[in-house]
Amino acid sequence: MNLFQETGKYFLLMKRVFVQPDRSKMFFRQFPKELDKLGLQSLPIVLIISVFIGAIMTIQTKLNTENPLLPTYSTGLVTRDTLLLEFSSTIMCLILAGKVGSNIASEIGTMRITEQIDALEIMGVNSANYLILPKIVAFVVMMPFLVIFSMAVGLIGGYLVGVFSDVITVADYLLGIQYAFNPFYVFYAMVKSLVFAFIISSVSSYYGYYAYGGALEVGKASTNAVVNSSILILFFNLLITNVMLG
Amino acid sequence: MIEVKNIIKTFDGVPALQDISAVFETGKVNMIIGQSGSGKTVLMKCIIGLHQIDSGCIEYDGRNLPKMKPQEILMLRREVGMLFQGAALFDSMTVLENVMYPLEMFAHESKEEIRERAYFCLRRVNLEERSYDLYPSEISGGMQKRVGIARAIALRPKYLFCDEPNSGLDPLTSMIIDDLIYEITHEFNITTIINSHDMNSVMEIGEKIIYIEKGVKAWEGTKDEIFDAENESFNNFVFASKLFKQLKMLKQNPY
Ligand SMILES: Nc1ncnc2c1ncn2[C@@H]1O[C@H](COP(=O)(O)OP(=O)(O)OP(=O)(O)O)[C@@H](O)[C@H]1O
Ligand SMILES: [Mg+2]
Repeated sequence: MNLFQETGKYFLLMKRVFVQPDRSKMFFRQFPKELDKLGLQSLPIVLIISVFIGAIMTIQTKLNTENPLLPTYSTGLVTRDTLLLEFSSTIMCLILAGKVGSNIASEIGTMRITEQIDALEIMGVNSANYLILPKIVAFVVMMPFLVIFSMAVGLIGGYLVGVFSDVITVADYLLGIQYAFNPFYVFYAMVKSLVFAFIISSVSSYYGYYAYGGALEVGKASTNAVVNSSILILFFNLLITNVMLG
Repeated sequence: MIEVKNIIKTFDGVPALQDISAVFETGKVNMIIGQSGSGKTVLMKCIIGLHQIDSGCIEYDGRNLPKMKPQEILMLRREVGMLFQGAALFDSMTVLENVMYPLEMFAHESKEEIRERAYFCLRRVNLEERSYDLYPSEISGGMQKRVGIARAIALRPKYLFCDEPNSGLDPLTSMIIDDLIYEITHEFNITTIINSHDMNSVMEIGEKIIYIEKGVKAWEGTKDEIFDAENESFNNFVFASKLFKQLKMLKQNPY
């Protein structure tokens, strides 16, 4: 199948997803479960990765800019802006594409190959709406919080470097992360996170929903989900950055 | 009564069903039999509308499915119950929740009545109460099929479809499932269609039999007519088992 057909099929699926649920009660029963599974359960991985990257970024920035002409706050400033502009809003989303994307694609794909989706259709349920809408909405709602959490924890990672080593002083670091703060960067990061959350959840649902065959195909569907949502994230990252910062 | 006329179905140009016509009668167990890969599941999914047919008619008591609007199809679906080849229970829900699901989705009844109905259906398929809170992965294949039947009859369907209800079950459990489907069909006057390649269940409960081979209807009749069938491929299929061969000989030379 070529790219145009796939894209068309994707948008047709989305058309079935974004309609009023048959029973809103059922939507609100699924929704909190998805908030927990896709959002809260992603916190540990976000925590671990962000804290380490924040710390490592602080050390490396400091070591690579050993220059008496640069002001002492520059390390903190660079760390902060990198976290805000790129790490927490894009790299973190790429990592979540791996975790959440494969989770969504394999869950829906398994339901497809074990005929659970057919069973829903037979009952007259709009299976796309019932299964996919809560996931997309939940993930889009959770993503900004995950990104803000990642920024905060990343900054704490850098702070810990100041506390536990003599690479940088705590005072210099704290000055740096407050210096010339531009709130627009946070807004820019939020916009990106919402778009990426939509890409991850909808693209992964698409690959799961159209899985056909056996367990092997579910594996393939989840690989496709991760690879293609990552590519789309990188592409939209470029696009949004051009529009908002360019 | 479900009547199909001249159904043709292809997958990317490869024919799966060729010009199939048949009548499935109300209050009877209608069976579609044939070898693995002959197109039984495809035919059933076409009749239900899970696959779009290329041409032909599918009439549910006079209502032609391919010509229906999406809204009408949804309404029709609520009169249809289906037991899938692998039971297809929702694995994130318990046994009881599985049976309650269609009711919660579509029945306009109170929570109490829904529970009541789910319990009735589960008891009707002889499931014990201690399994109601288990998940599908925690119960045996035979029990999963029973839950599948209970879920299929929850909304009091007029049409019941069963795709190989006894594949993967031992002979005794298969017979219990077969009898259950037979009883339910007659008790509630349902139009039942069963896919099977098991001649034992055909002889046990089949009232009207349609044999398909490579997507073509090759024979049709009642179980009494099986032994007099002239069709060669049908005979090969039926008398593959030694037991049936001997039965036929017994029938032809009773002394
Ligand atoms: N979605 C599909 N796309 C393409 N070909 C399909 C599809 N579904 C079924 N087929 C083909 O249609 C033919 C009939 O398959 P079907 O599943 O109906 O067999 P069956 O009679 O139910 O067999 P079994 O007894 O093993 O379940 C097979 O050759 C199969 O490859
Ligand atoms: Mg089959």
